[in-house]
Amino acid sequence: MTPTENSVRPVSTVADSAVVRVLAADGTLAPTPAAERYLEVVDALTDAEVEGLYRDMVIIRAFDRQATNLQRQGQLALWPPSLGQEAAQVGSARAARPQDHVFPSYREHVVARIRGVDPIDIIRVMRGLTHGGWDPTDPRNGNTHIYTLVLGSQTLHATGLGMGLVFDGRCGTGDLERDEAVIVYYGDGASSQGDVHEAMVFAASYRTPQVFFLQNNQWAISVPVATQSRSPLYKRGEGYGMPSIPVDGNDVLASYAVTKVALDEARAGDGPRAIEALTYRMGAHTTSDDPTKYRTSDEEESWARRDPIARMSAFLRAKGAGDEFFADVEAEAEAVAEDARVRTTQLGDIPTDVMFDHVYSDPHPLIVEQKAAFTAYESSFEEGAS
Amino acid sequence: MSTANASAGSATAPTSGIESLPFSRALNAGLRRALADNDRVLLMGEDIGPLGGVFRVTEGLQAEFGANRVLDTPLAESGIVGTAIGLAMAGFRPVCEIQFDGFVFPAFDQITSQLAKITNRHEGALRFPVVIRIPYGGHIGAVEHHQESPEAYFTHTPGLRVVSPSTPNDAYWMIQDSIASDDPVIFLEPKSRYWPKGDVDTTARALPLHASRLVRRGTDVTLVGHGAMVATLLQAAALAESEGTSCEVIDLRSLSPVDYGPILDSVRRTGRMVYAQEAPGFTSLGSEISATVMERAFYALEAPVLRVSGYDTPFPPAKLEGKYLPDADRILEAVDRALAY
Repeated sequence: MTPTENSVRPVSTVADSAVVRVLAADGTLAPTPAAERYLEVVDALTDAEVEGLYRDMVIIRAFDRQATNLQRQGQLALWPPSLGQEAAQVGSARAARPQDHVFPSYREHVVARIRGVDPIDIIRVMRGLTHGGWDPTDPRNGNTHIYTLVLGSQTLHATGLGMGLVFDGRCGTGDLERDEAVIVYYGDGASSQGDVHEAMVFAASYRTPQVFFLQNNQWAISVPVATQSRSPLYKRGEGYGMPSIPVDGNDVLASYAVTKVALDEARAGDGPRAIEALTYRMGAHTTSDDPTKYRTSDEEESWARRDPIARMSAFLRAKGAGDEFFADVEAEAEAVAEDARVRTTQLGDIPTDVMFDHVYSDPHPLIVEQKAAFTAYESSFEEGAS
Repeated sequence: MSTANASAGSATAPTSGIESLPFSRALNAGLRRALADNDRVLLMGEDIGPLGGVFRVTEGLQAEFGANRVLDTPLAESGIVGTAIGLAMAGFRPVCEIQFDGFVFPAFDQITSQLAKITNRHEGALRFPVVIRIPYGGHIGAVEHHQESPEAYFTHTPGLRVVSPSTPNDAYWMIQDSIASDDPVIFLEPKSRYWPKGDVDTTARALPLHASRLVRRGTDVTLVGHGAMVATLLQAAALAESEGTSCEVIDLRSLSPVDYGPILDSVRRTGRMVYAQEAPGFTSLGSEISATVMERAFYALEAPVLRVSGYDTPFPPAKLEGKYLPDADRILEAVDRALAY
C-alpha cells in the first residue's frame, strides 16, 4: 500500500458530538453536548485569565516564528515549530497547578514557557549548546522536565514519577491545592510506540495521578494519522481502563477545561486519564521537513480556517476586547520575539571539555583519563606549545 | 527495622561473623539489608513478589517489606526500566530484576538512550541510582534467550557502570554497593553460580565495587575473566599446576570501569595473559581488555594476549552448550599456545 492510498482510505474518525468544544471555529460560543460538564470550569475563568490564554498563544506564535527564522539564518541547527498547536498547549499548561509535574515531548514550547522555563533554554538545545537546557529541580522551571527526543520514552518516566507520588502519599489526600499530578505530552506518531502502551499499562495498574495528553496534529512527519490508527486514538485509553476524552485542540477554552478536570480527578486518587487533543501542525515537522511533498494546500487551508488564535480573537472581540488590548498583546509578542533574537545572537560558545562532565555522577577513571588526555592534546596546539 | 530484630541476629542486619551461603541467598541477604537500611530502595520486576523471582533471589522480601517496596510489575521490561527512571526522579533507588539475559533487550532503549545518558542530559541536576539485575550466562541447559552474556552492549554505553560478582561474598557486598552508587549499574549475576555455597563475611566488605581481585597467585600465565568464568579459570589453573604450569587468576568483578592495576601488575610478572568469556568474541569485552593490556604492557609480554570466547554464533541449543562455552580444556589450550611463543 502506498502512503497516498493509505491516507485516502476511510478511517474511523471521532464523532463530532463526542468532541469537547466550547468555541466554534468562528469564535462563537457553541458548546457541543460533550462540553456540557466542562462549562462551569470555563465559567470560573476570570476575564483576565481568558485574555491571558489568548496572550500566551500570540506570544508563543511570535517566538516560534522568530525561532524558525533564526534557524533559516543559520543561528539554530533545527527548529520544531509549534505553529497551530497553541490552543492545546496553552489550555493544558494553564490547567496544571503549580505543584504538578510536566513531561513535554519536544514541541511544547509554550507549555515550557508557561511553567516558567526561559525559552532561550529551548533555543540553546536547538543551537547545539546543550542536550537538556534547563534544570527541572530549579523552582523557577515549574517542575517541567526536559525535552525527550526518542518518541514516547517520557511517558514511562512520567508514569514512574506518578508511581512515586502514589507510594509517597503525595496525591489522593483530598487537598487539591497540595495533591500532585503529572501531565505527559506525546503525539499521534508516538502513540504507536510500545513505551506509550507500557506506560498506560503501568499507570492504570498503579493508578498514577496522571494525564496522558496526546496532541493529534494529524501528521507524524510525513505519515498521516490513519497509518498509526484505524480507530480514534483517544479510545485506546479506554482499553487500558482510563477515562478518555477527545477535545478540540484548537479551542483553548475546551483544552483548558478538559485538562483541568482530568488533572484534578487524577490528583484526587481516581487514577490516570487520557486526552486526545485534535489539532493540526500548521508548519513543518521541523525546519528540515518539506510538507509540500506529502500534503495538500487544500488540507492546510481547511485547518487554517480553524486557527486557534483567530478563533479566540473573534471570541474576545465579541466579548468586547478592543484594539488597545490586541495592540498590547502584539507589542508584547514582538518584544518577546525580538528578545529571543537578540539573546540568541549573544549566546557564546561552550567550553570544549564540557563533554566529559556529568557522564557519571561519581568519579570514573576512564573519563578522568580521557579528559586529561584531551586537554593535553588541545593545549598542544596553543601558541608556544612544543 | 527494630533493634530487637538486630540483636536477634536476623539476616536483615547481621552483626558479626561469617556465614556459608549459596550465591542466591547471599544476594537475598544483601537486598534485604539494602531495603532495611534505606527506605527509598525499591525492588521491581516480574514474579519477584510471592514467588521470590524465578531464581528465588527475592524470596520473602515482599512479605517483609510490603508490596510498595517489592513490586510485582506488569510483564514489560521497557516499562520496568522506564518507570524506574521516573521513580528515581521522585527520589527512589529502584533495583530492577530482568528475568533472564535475553529479555533485557525490550528495555534496551530505556537503558542505553535514557538511563545511561539522562544524567548527562540533565547536566548533573538529577541523579539516577538505578540498578538493573540480570541473571546471565550459560551452563544451565535452558532454551533460547536464557543463556546469553550481553555485557558488551552495556560496557560500550557511556554512563553505565557494569559489574558481575563471582562469589557469594561479592554478591552480598556488590549488590549493596551498586544500590549505593549514584550512577546506573548493570548487575550481571552468573546464574550457574546461584547454587554453590561460599563464605560471606557480613561484617566488612573486602574490596570496593570497581576493584578487580587477584584470586590465585601464579608465575607463568595470567588468566582473567568474570562471573561464572572465574570458577572455570580456577579449574584450569589447578589442572595446569598438575602439569607444572603456574597460573595466576584475576576476577574482573567490575566490567566498566575496568580496574587495570592488578591485571597489569600480574602481566608484568608473568609476561603472558589469557582472557576467557562466555560471550561471543568479536568486539567483546575481551577484545577491549586484551588490546589495552597489549598497549600498556607491551614490553612485558612474551606472547600476545590470547582470548577464549563463545563462538560468534547465536548461543546454540543447550545440548551443544558444553562445546560452545569455554571450558578448562580450551583455556589450557590457550595457555599452551601462550607458552609456546
